[in-house]
Amino acid sequence: MTMSEQINKVTELATRQSGVAKFRQDFPCLAQTISDHPLVYLDSAASAQQPLAVIEKVADYHRHNHANVHRGVHTLSHRATEAYEGARDLVQTFINAGSRSEVVYTSGTTESINLVAQSFCRPKLAPGDKILITHLEHHSNIVPWQLVCEQTGAELLVAPINEAGEVDIDNLFRQLESSVKMLAIAHVSNALGTIMPLREIIEKAHSLEVPVLVDGAQAVPHISVDVQELDCDFYAFSGHKMFGPTGIGILFGRETLLDAMPPYQGGGDMILEVRFDGTTYNDLPYKFEAGTPNISGAIGLGAAVSYMQTIGMHAISDHEHELLQYMTGQLDQVDGLRLIGTAADKASVQSFLLDDIHPHDLGTILDHQGVAIRTGHHCAMPVMDFYGVPGTARASLALYNNQDDVDRLVAALTTAKEIFR
Amino acid sequence: MIAQSQSQDELRDLYRELILDHARSPRHFGKLDGATHSAEGINPLCGDKLKIYFSIDADGRISDAKFEGSGCAISVASASLLTDTIIGLKTEAALNFFSAVISRLSGRSEDGEQPFSKVDLGKLIALEGVKEFPSRVKCATLAWHALNSAIRNESDTVSTE
Repeated sequence: MTMSEQINKVTELATRQSGVAKFRQDFPCLAQTISDHPLVYLDSAASAQQPLAVIEKVADYHRHNHANVHRGVHTLSHRATEAYEGARDLVQTFINAGSRSEVVYTSGTTESINLVAQSFCRPKLAPGDKILITHLEHHSNIVPWQLVCEQTGAELLVAPINEAGEVDIDNLFRQLESSVKMLAIAHVSNALGTIMPLREIIEKAHSLEVPVLVDGAQAVPHISVDVQELDCDFYAFSGHKMFGPTGIGILFGRETLLDAMPPYQGGGDMILEVRFDGTTYNDLPYKFEAGTPNISGAIGLGAAVSYMQTIGMHAISDHEHELLQYMTGQLDQVDGLRLIGTAADKASVQSFLLDDIHPHDLGTILDHQGVAIRTGHHCAMPVMDFYGVPGTARASLALYNNQDDVDRLVAALTTAKEIFR
Repeated sequence: MIAQSQSQDELRDLYRELILDHARSPRHFGKLDGATHSAEGINPLCGDKLKIYFSIDADGRISDAKFEGSGCAISVASASLLTDTIIGLKTEAALNFFSAVISRLSGRSEDGEQPFSKVDLGKLIALEGVKEFPSRVKCATLAWHALNSAIRNESDTVSTE
């Protein structure tokens, strides 16, 4: 590449970044100082910040439209129901679900996975059956399966990973052939950022009649997700990872499967008729939404979806992809830094260790320079065991991050090296 | 730049030379054979895990102490300083140090008063830098809670959460 080509590339990169990163100003929480330094927020994989559009939509609901949903004929109840159900339509379009009946509100990814484990798998499982997960899973895609295995005598199989943090596909395919009743797999690894080759995996699983649940918590904020194109049976994700509120999430489920499943919890709103000699359950998706739901959370989630659609998922992906490459390159140049998770196809996340500095010491030193990262096991202890480390430092990106953030991270790491020299 | 140097000063106050020295070369590290008392301290959030062993002789004196495990610089240095400090002490004196350290670092006294503020912490004063870092106080006190638990025989494992 000639010098002028290089300059053009850098200019093009900067222009495109300002294209998406200009949306940073929409996030009030980012405009503050920590320990007298401007905040650099690199912990969106734990929880993303909320844009003003979400904050105001939720506040507006509380201020003007709050009432219970699906009950009563008064105006406020009607408005609340419209907003709550309108958000479901937004989510349906966002993930391209075939029908709004397939979009179930939950409290988050964790509840979505527990719902599938208990309502879909538990009634079918017998001793000797297998549930297959991978070594990369978040605890929320491990423990619900351990519970259902304990309850039924089924066995949990774990697909191994390689040093780069990629699932060994040949091995996973072989494991799929051993009486597996469910494959539960992350779309993007929260600890390492690995993107799974899901279409290939789901195609193989379906050829063996194995249903597939995808933990999409770390994918939805970063890459375009189309559940019909993926052909997955269940897809779980959380509002707060995608610029929405905490305590709200989604379970997408194939309508035929959801229809055949018993309810997860009993209560109001999930019934058509209740008698002491038997109850008729409500239609989908309400059959799985017992009790007064997180109305404001759902409305906030809908606002987050609209916000992301305005920017465009492809623009967000491109921006983050280039920024992740920049960050990984910059980190790799820091003397004594070990990158953890170097898969070919990644999104948003880079884990690392610096010299022999414990990740928590690193976290404190960075925080004191205004740089927020996650340190520890990232709720993925088996991944840490695989690499033989107690934890890592993890920098994770979102649409509002830019090259300055990465440069501040690298500068803060240099200070850490000086302190621990 | 003033802000930068101030925050660096606070960091250097946390990671004093003595702390870094004890973190890199922990004293009395390893398993203590023939220990009469032991307890494990776990910080589930961080994954810090330390086990502390003591030999307490018939007249209540701590004749030896060791620790093993892994953790951040603060938790390891604190455990190392703890063993250095309490070997040779009577258990009551060791518990006085426990109360003094807890009250000094967390800014709260175990019994509501401040009766331990006059205890001479000696080199344990090096741990005082954590006061500016509330999220790290539990790292510095982990080994001390284990000490308290081991001497009082309350439980085998203490958790900071």
